[in-house]
Amino acid sequence: MSERSERTGQHSSHALTTPRSGGVSKQIVRPYGDTTGDGMVQVSFTLPVSHDKRAEGAAVQLANKMGIDPAMVVHAKPMGDGFTFFVVYGRVNHLVDLGAVQVVERDFALLSAKEVNTVVKQRLRRKLSVVGACIGTDAHTVGIDAILNVKGIAGEKGLEYYRELKVTNLGAQVSVPELVEAARAEKADAVLVSQVVTQRDAHLHNTREMSAAFREAMPAGRRPLLIVGGPRFDETMTDELGVDRIFGRGTTPGEVASYLVHALITQRKAMA
Amino acid sequence: MTGKLDLDPALVARARELARRAGQPVVDLARSHTTVSVERAVLRLAGVTGADPDGIPWVNRLVDAVVADVGLGHGVAVPVFDALAREGVTDVTLLAQKAAAGSVRFTQPTGRAATAARSAARRAVGAGIRRIDRRRAERDRLVKRHGDPAQRPWIYLIVATGDIYEDIPQAQAAARAGADVIAVIRSTGQSLLDYVPEGATREGFAGTYATQENFRLMRAALDESSKELGRYVRLTNYASGLCMPEMATLAGLERLDMMLNDSMYGILFRDINPIRTFVDQRFSRQVHARAGIIINTGEDNYLTTADAVDEAHTVTVSQLLNEFFAHEAGLADWQLGLGHAFEINPEVPESFRLELAHALLARELFPDAPLKWMPPTKHMTGDVFRGNLLDGFFNLAGALTGQGILLVGMMTEAVVTPWLSDRDIALQNVRYVLGAAGGLHEDFVPAPGGFIRRRANQVLGEALDLLERIGEQTLLAAIAEGTFGIMKRPADRGKGLAGVAAHEADYCNPATEILEAAA
Repeated sequence: MSERSERTGQHSSHALTTPRSGGVSKQIVRPYGDTTGDGMVQVSFTLPVSHDKRAEGAAVQLANKMGIDPAMVVHAKPMGDGFTFFVVYGRVNHLVDLGAVQVVERDFALLSAKEVNTVVKQRLRRKLSVVGACIGTDAHTVGIDAILNVKGIAGEKGLEYYRELKVTNLGAQVSVPELVEAARAEKADAVLVSQVVTQRDAHLHNTREMSAAFREAMPAGRRPLLIVGGPRFDETMTDELGVDRIFGRGTTPGEVASYLVHALITQRKAMA
Repeated sequence: MTGKLDLDPALVARARELARRAGQPVVDLARSHTTVSVERAVLRLAGVTGADPDGIPWVNRLVDAVVADVGLGHGVAVPVFDALAREGVTDVTLLAQKAAAGSVRFTQPTGRAATAARSAARRAVGAGIRRIDRRRAERDRLVKRHGDPAQRPWIYLIVATGDIYEDIPQAQAAARAGADVIAVIRSTGQSLLDYVPEGATREGFAGTYATQENFRLMRAALDESSKELGRYVRLTNYASGLCMPEMATLAGLERLDMMLNDSMYGILFRDINPIRTFVDQRFSRQVHARAGIIINTGEDNYLTTADAVDEAHTVTVSQLLNEFFAHEAGLADWQLGLGHAFEINPEVPESFRLELAHALLARELFPDAPLKWMPPTKHMTGDVFRGNLLDGFFNLAGALTGQGILLVGMMTEAVVTPWLSDRDIALQNVRYVLGAAGGLHEDFVPAPGGFIRRRANQVLGEALDLLERIGEQTLLAAIAEGTFGIMKRPADRGKGLAGVAAHEADYCNPATEILEAAA
């Protein structure tokens, strides 16, 4: 980490804190350029106008409407016929209330591969079966492969590497009936589906179709854990999509394995 | 060999010999089988056009009708032209319509009827191949008139809106901004359609359907751009998936200039049956050879699933196999856009030197091939600033190692489909590097005994080991075991297997006969 970004991190932890009426602390921060509270941001965009004085004025107008004031157009470049690209720096007048931020926090312990194997072996006493696929017309296996292939991602090995997991990777363009059938044949404890293509919300349609098919094919107690992942999912949409968990951008195999252990073994035992 | 890496010529010759040995059984397999798509391509050459009201092409309806009556193993040309004579119909498309309505029965004729049908089929298919010849001559004329790009590598840019009428102005704008080659990405999933859609299309997912009419419209638009810009702007599409032979044929008929056409991509990444792929691939390459089309192979894809350092040698092996299959099908070295990619994790120490070693190895092994240099995708993280830097190094590696075709990398790879500004920034990056260091390959000779030479020789050595291992089993077994890109693909599985048949003793394919007679 560079000296500069460390400094930034330090400042942001000293964010302005004011008590809220209900006693919940309200933490207000503003964007950071080089001084606490300066509110500086940088944006770039294209307008469908030829490059001239008026175009730069239009860029300033847009930046102002985005809450950037004053806005400095530091770069304006004509692109093709009738388009101009802008880079704008400026001070944004919006505040961020950290107390009002809503995200899905990880609600399970992160385990090492060895710990995952130990829990599965001691408490499940058989291999945990995982079936993965890209469904619909999506041919991008990059995501599912990163999670499942031994190779893994970012130096972390994929689920195939876990001795106590039995992984079946069906690959690309698998139909939903094929997936349900494979889940049945492999006695899947969990089904992992990756969706990269998002044109016309294909990832959402496909996921709903998949969860509906599993609901129809298997009774609630016998249904495998349904997990979808992909860079454009909203992690809070599990109920709407009918799945147990959604993993977004940057998810690692270790997180998925830890979640499987949590949802299928630790949590289930605790509830029983 | 230019000798920048001090490669042992005996080892290089040995590698080619091993590739031939691994590939020959596959060629034998391809020569003794046919597929529904090969037969549909033959009918397209013979003049069958159009589709039924449901959008199913008449070639599909006709092949299906013939297969239902006499099977696939004789080839459809003779039964079709025999029926044409018996029915007294002159137009093959009309015959297809009648066959689809169930009013024509097909038989496999013998004796004089067979001889007559064979020669009629050969005349009709020959006319189709002559159309491809005329389009090739037309390209030669236009290249002569407008000229080739001033620099190497040629700058290759992707357009993919889903709507051909949206693609056209974008492609023309890209050409004006410096693109030498326009690739229209296909709609996702088209590779698994067992028919070629018809007509101009405005709806696609992450790409535009490849159709004969879309090919024609885009080629005409780029002909205008070529005239305007004073350089011939090339057009690329995909001869891959279940309709590979038909795509190649349509590309030849509509004067496309390059086609993505890998020998194993469909098997590994689309789970298409290996035999289907190899049979389709051989026919499509014969058509490409005849049409003067440059093929682009897909080795870059292996490195997106496997590690780019550990598996670098699988790229070399695949390039050698692709070269063997291409030569066998009649393609010349100038038509071999062998693929490779800049996909090493930038966190790996000396990653750029490793990239240079791999890129130069490909350059030295295939000195007369216009190598296709593919940008980073796997390690593009959404940090667009770092991505732009990485693309700059990719461009520099391309300039240093004399690559032939450079696919422009986008800093927004893995974030969005490229915006207008992304493309502009990416082209600016390419122009800067080629302007500042375009001739640097002349000066770039890695030090004897140095890191780059050692690494290149190591990869060649690993490629030889792998080829030896493949030689001990077979290529099909190696693919089944997951040797390339980790995917395991057995020969008796995968999509499209139902459309494969072994040749009967009287198998007849006039297109193959004409194409092989010329080779």
